[in-house]
Amino acid sequence: MFDTITDAFQKALQLIFSGDPEVFATALRSIYVAGAGTLLACIWSIPIAVLLGLYSFRGKWLIKSLFNAMLGVPTVALGLILVMFLSRSGPAGFLHLLYTTNGIALGQALLVTPIIVSYTSSALSATDVQLRDLAKTLGASHLQTNIAILREAMWATVLSLISAFNRGFGELGIALMVGGNIAYMTRVLTTSISLEATKGEYAFAVALAIVLLVMVVAITVFVNLVERLRE
Amino acid sequence: MSPVLELNGIVKDYRNLRALDSVSFEARGGEIVVLIGVNGAGKSTLMRIIAGLEEPTNGSISFNGQSMTAKELRKNATMVFQRTAMFNRSVYDNVAFGLRVRGEDDKRISEDVPQALRLVGLANFEKRKAKKTSGGEQQRVALARAFLLNPKILLLDEPTANLDPNNSMIIERAITNRKKEDEIIIMATHNLAQARRLADEIVHIYNGRIVERSIPDEFFTSPRSEITRKFINGELEY
Repeated sequence: MFDTITDAFQKALQLIFSGDPEVFATALRSIYVAGAGTLLACIWSIPIAVLLGLYSFRGKWLIKSLFNAMLGVPTVALGLILVMFLSRSGPAGFLHLLYTTNGIALGQALLVTPIIVSYTSSALSATDVQLRDLAKTLGASHLQTNIAILREAMWATVLSLISAFNRGFGELGIALMVGGNIAYMTRVLTTSISLEATKGEYAFAVALAIVLLVMVVAITVFVNLVERLRE
Repeated sequence: MSPVLELNGIVKDYRNLRALDSVSFEARGGEIVVLIGVNGAGKSTLMRIIAGLEEPTNGSISFNGQSMTAKELRKNATMVFQRTAMFNRSVYDNVAFGLRVRGEDDKRISEDVPQALRLVGLANFEKRKAKKTSGGEQQRVALARAFLLNPKILLLDEPTANLDPNNSMIIERAITNRKKEDEIIIMATHNLAQARRLADEIVHIYNGRIVERSIPDEFFTSPRSEITRKFINGELEY
């Protein structure tokens, strides 16, 4: 078994360093769906986070609890619900998103919403409460005040976006069920690893897994480095 | 014409607590009105209402004869808080914040910010991280930030609390130099000596009510209220 592992790693490294087009196309597709999913989720997640982090209203704790609970939602369950919604006879069938990369991106956007909302709203509510009064007394409008506070929590927000991206990048259930793992179309790193491992093609699976891990680590280290330099 | 601020029967309730009870007084441009009182008397609440950061439960505020909403008050008043809050930016960006949100151009900002910092003895502090300066320096940054906006009503909530005598002196000097006909300065403090040095008029608040309002000499030598007499002599129990 040890030989199999070392052999797989050797072949994996050969595939990566020889610039295997299939490995790189799959990696780029993964970056696209996770990136698009995270950006899409920002459209609704950041305003919700501002609402939960900076304003008080009845039932806020319940909404926050629901988002916190959804942090661990099983991707397969979410994928299943999405398939039913996006299938031709489903309520969102007219969008023609099933078995497309945009469909996976939409699914991942829903998956990462609780991550962005929970982490960003917590960071916002942890900012100095007096900063809001300060911004207001210096003449800032509601929007300018919220932007100023969001800027105070910028690094925590960036980290929540990185976590969201990494979650999307590494998930399997949605990509498999909504994307269908179609070669050259919707195949991403995780679905490809799963397929290759099932076929016994460990070298290719390990090559993809290395790319996946290196990218996740590299992005996080890069962001932390920028934060450190900024400090 | 110097501006006139009038408070008429201001009441502020927080659930079961009446923080302010029928507070009325008048302040004019060119004078420093000092609100004095023990902790929890209602000074900060009153300042926040004048700053437009809180709505009164009852009563009204008018400025130059016009009744003002909280939003309108925020356009005329700027407040410096007791516990200084700083944005996580440079001293320059902190001082420039108010001008930027007002849409002032960068050229004017780049001229005015260093000048405002010089007035509070912080020349060449522009590039420093505001949060990494000392407490006294932060309070002076806050003062420069407020001065720069030329508010018609400048509210200073215990601006020298917890500061060393040197920083307190610099801040007091900056406030005194600031006095001008078109600006009302209202300052809260529980430092009697400071009130005597700076005030044109002293308003003593106790349990949310005004118990004494007079010029410093009268306030300290012949107070009309027994509560004020006890407060001056350090005999007031609260």
